[in-house]
Amino acid sequence: MKGAWSNVWTIVKRELVGYFDSPVAYVFIVIYLLLAGFFTFTFGSFFDRGEASLTAFFMWMPWLLLFLVPALGMRLWSEERRSGTIELLLTFPVTPWQAILGKFLASWIFIAIAMALTFPVWITVNWLGDPDNGVILAGYIGSWLLAGAYLAVSCLTSAITRNQVVSFILSVVICLGLVVVGFAPVTDLLARWAAPWLVEAVAGFSVLTHFDGFQKGVIDSRDFVFFASVIGFALFVTGVILRGHRAG
Amino acid sequence: MILVENLTKAFGSKTAVNHISFQVERGEVLGFLGPNGAGKSTTMRMITGYLPPSAGRAVVCGFDVAEQPIEAKRRIGYLPESAPSYPEMTVGAFLGFAAEMRGLHGAAKKKAVQGAIDTCVLESVVHQTIDTLSKGFRHRTCLAQALIHDPEVLIMDEPTDGLDPNQKHEVRTLIRRMGERKAIVFSTHILEEVEAACTRAIIIDRGVIVANGTPEELKSRSERAGAVLMTVRAPSVATVTDTLGRLPQVSRTEILAEDANRCVVRVYPDKSRVDGAFAAQVADATATRWTIEQLTTEEGRLDDVFRSLTRPDTAREAAA
Repeated sequence: MKGAWSNVWTIVKRELVGYFDSPVAYVFIVIYLLLAGFFTFTFGSFFDRGEASLTAFFMWMPWLLLFLVPALGMRLWSEERRSGTIELLLTFPVTPWQAILGKFLASWIFIAIAMALTFPVWITVNWLGDPDNGVILAGYIGSWLLAGAYLAVSCLTSAITRNQVVSFILSVVICLGLVVVGFAPVTDLLARWAAPWLVEAVAGFSVLTHFDGFQKGVIDSRDFVFFASVIGFALFVTGVILRGHRAG
Repeated sequence: MILVENLTKAFGSKTAVNHISFQVERGEVLGFLGPNGAGKSTTMRMITGYLPPSAGRAVVCGFDVAEQPIEAKRRIGYLPESAPSYPEMTVGAFLGFAAEMRGLHGAAKKKAVQGAIDTCVLESVVHQTIDTLSKGFRHRTCLAQALIHDPEVLIMDEPTDGLDPNQKHEVRTLIRRMGERKAIVFSTHILEEVEAACTRAIIIDRGVIVANGTPEELKSRSERAGAVLMTVRAPSVATVTDTLGRLPQVSRTEILAEDANRCVVRVYPDKSRVDGAFAAQVADATATRWTIEQLTTEEGRLDDVFRSLTRPDTAREAAA
């Protein structure tokens, strides 16, 4: 078991260093921070709300991450396959699961770093008023879990194709699907002809529904289970796809 | 050390490798020959555990690659075709990563990385990122990765591809030197490489082994093996070939060059009838009437054997 985690950790380190050795990390972080700020202060009307919270900041998170996370994850496996390094990686004495987990965790940790860098917003709101920092922490945890779900989906789509553009588009579409099934305008539309239980069941698959609780500062174990299941399932399918390519 | 039994790989309806069996012991360097698409890479990918076989098995140091992949992979160093590596990493960082993946940490890691750098002469580029390197250096970086844990089994897919003649020579020397303590399999389509570095060669065509033997054994299969090449001083070439052609042990003669009073002929032996010293018999028959200026016995050429045993891609398409 120790050996397994040591393998995963070696891959995590390599991937993380790889991000910071290439422009990917800096471009991602700068754009993420710019957009997060832009959405918060303009569309989110951070100041006009007159309340000391980060609602305006977290409200846009599902939409912002919807494009940025697939951009980060699109190369995860497609690049390994295109350049042939997958052959190197999978002939090292590691299991495919260790490799998949290592690559996923590295990107997820990277996203956590990017999110941590939004701390000025948190400082601002604490400077201006007296927010409930528990709610803010829950919001960050929720955002990170949400990003993990998107990332796992991107991981899956990047395993399907060698083409990063295709991988990106597929990933955005699937993640968008995960969002809109719980998006109010869509659920309202659905409610016109479907039974309430059906609407609720469909909405239950939405990341929005499960992200909502975190935004309000409610940490519900069911939401945890939801995100963990999405991540686990997507990574499992990634493994199946990668194995399928090799099985011929 | 390496045992391959009935190894088979099918991609859909196409069988890339068809019931291949062979064995490689410590101290052997096995050259894997074959035209493009013959199944060389696929076979190597199955031995290294990258591709699961459709049937049959590969056993490395006693561990079945499909059943105990981790144990088997630990003992293998692998240089994949086209030598992939992570372009954004420095050579040092990449080798450090490879060492850690092999379970080497701390001082052992440092020592392994330094050893691989020394063996593959990478000292001058250790701090350079891989995408800034020339092809030769990139190739050697990936080779260094394969050697880092001093594996018992070394599998290399076209280790000299894309190298200049000096680098090719260095790699061949390296392979021969390492071959004394390891079991090595490498693929190539450069036939001279087989003679320079291998103790044994396998020729594979359309997924099937068509020849397996030492380079000398394979060469002796060539039609030209044992043929006599001579320069004869004679006024009429036709009479020379006529006389030699009548010898029972000669299968045919070939005129390579001729001018007014001398010619260069190659005399092929009929291998089923040759008994004793073919060259001496040919020389006796010639010398009674003409003067022989020069005479050599030929060794046979690997590429003749190669061409007679394998079909080129074009012929395969025509047949399909």
